[in-house]
Amino acid sequence: MSAVATAPAPPSLPRPGAPKTSFHKKQFRFSSFFFTGLTGLATLLILAFLVIIFGNILMLGWQGFSWRFITAGTEADMFDVNKAGVFPMIVGTTARVILMTIFVIPVGVITAIYLTEYAHATSRFTRIIRSAVNNLAGVPSIVFGLFGLGFFISFVGANLDAALRPSNAEPLWGKPALIWASLTLAVMTLPVVIVATEESLKAIPLGLREGSLALGATKLQTIIQIVLPQALPGILTGGILAVSRAAGEVAPILFTGAAYYMATLPHALTDQFMDLGYHVFILSTQSPNVERTRPILYATVLVLLLLTLALNIVAILIRARMRRKMRMLH
Amino acid sequence: MTEATAPKLTVPLAKPTPPAPAVGDQPKAEPLIVTQNLSLFYGPSQALKNVTFDIPERLVTAFIGPSGCGKSTLLRCYNRMNDLIDGVRIDGTVKIGGQEINAKDVDAIELRKRVGMVFQRSNPFPKSIYENIAYALRLHGIKSRSEVDSIVESSLRGAALWDEVKDRLHASALGFSGGQQQRLCIARAIAIRPEIILMDEPASALDPIATSKIEDLILDLKKQFTIVIVTHNMQQAARISDYTAFFYLGELIEYDTTSKIFTNPTKKQTEDYVTGRFG
Repeated sequence: MSAVATAPAPPSLPRPGAPKTSFHKKQFRFSSFFFTGLTGLATLLILAFLVIIFGNILMLGWQGFSWRFITAGTEADMFDVNKAGVFPMIVGTTARVILMTIFVIPVGVITAIYLTEYAHATSRFTRIIRSAVNNLAGVPSIVFGLFGLGFFISFVGANLDAALRPSNAEPLWGKPALIWASLTLAVMTLPVVIVATEESLKAIPLGLREGSLALGATKLQTIIQIVLPQALPGILTGGILAVSRAAGEVAPILFTGAAYYMATLPHALTDQFMDLGYHVFILSTQSPNVERTRPILYATVLVLLLLTLALNIVAILIRARMRRKMRMLH
Repeated sequence: MTEATAPKLTVPLAKPTPPAPAVGDQPKAEPLIVTQNLSLFYGPSQALKNVTFDIPERLVTAFIGPSGCGKSTLLRCYNRMNDLIDGVRIDGTVKIGGQEINAKDVDAIELRKRVGMVFQRSNPFPKSIYENIAYALRLHGIKSRSEVDSIVESSLRGAALWDEVKDRLHASALGFSGGQQQRLCIARAIAIRPEIILMDEPASALDPIATSKIEDLILDLKKQFTIVIVTHNMQQAARISDYTAFFYLGELIEYDTTSKIFTNPTKKQTEDYVTGRFG
């Protein structure tokens, strides 16, 4: 070592075969220019669509938008711009999204914990579950709607009625309801929560788990006290994505709980509800006078967008708070 | 330190409590860790080949050898951390305090309470200094505030960290330097009073000053704990260990007192390695 350190530096000789071109000759490379332009253009296109859609909705929706519009019901005339209101739909959509979150987060998180912490990563069983989760994400939402009708209402609900209230001919559980719509949406958004949770669990260094286990913690103690608190922001990201996806979905709730018109707000899990997305569909297809209804249609879409935004902001605020808490500690 | 001596085998390893051998009755010369014909396979490849040797109590034993020689794998056999890896198969016996640790009725959780570990990359939990240690204590049923407070202090003192962190006990452990984090991990390990502390290259990611602090700490800790350390740093092994085991390609080539290994090794391979001719 010391012999090398004291040896004189070798004289710098020109490398044989080195090209003697100057660096200061910037060339125009068409392919590079072309692809830079192409990627930029693609990005711009997305932005342009976003601006057009939002701008259009905001401009046209604003005309029908008023305090009365978002606080009144549709009793008078749901197609008349001066009488219509969307308050029951706001309540219905909010309720189904919140209920869905309550159902989907625990199931999704526990599934993800099983897949990342317990299952053998390479086993056949795990691979089957993983591909099932991926396939679930690819199922069209109308299929979920039909599944909800067939499974939750005709099977679970009907059997609940038969078991709990056999003497009563009128179905209570075996009909479209808030709970079935929420559960159907939960099944639909399950993959989103599972994948987001899995990613956040995988991002937690193995060293933390080993550190806990080496202290004599059980696997369960390690997961609950060390791993999960770290994964919480990632889990909430999954929740946010699920909320965004579910808030605007109509197909899954079409047969499972959404109502064309209801005189009262839903006050039980077994009640049907009016829904913003479904209402947009009604306004655009059932109106006797398309021109007269258009301002309400746009205003309803605007309310749906704002509601989705609001639900997202709430979730993002909760996540930010959690992150801050984790950084500051006590 | 609140206690002068490390606790003896108070917790039986096996869960349906067998009559635990009274350790006090055993001759003092009995080695604490007995390894016999230990072979370990990762799937088809063999990482340890028929390793047999004894590790004495309350001394520092160093494992040296080139990367991939199996020294870390062997270290992880003593607290059964290899259990966490799929496809690991272990043959042979490892006895700690006279008990076979790979026996079916041995609870790895209980074993790890008696055999602590410090990792190559310091891994404090993303909690406060205080909580890092309190978590370890809670796992062992120590919850009373005053008791936790006093053990937090004594173990931080034991890890030569108290004076640096006493005013910031409730600050996040992640805000401290690498050397401080590693000493916190040592404090966390000694807080639960194990008999043995396994150290897997504890100073390899630290600067020379932090390293020398860790080394001083190890020399201090061996008064109370049996320490087994894996190191890539030959000088470190020479400075801090009493016994040294040299491994090569999964085999124990030579095991003797550190002075013998470094001044007059029996095997040519050992000599080549410790003099820096290969590895």
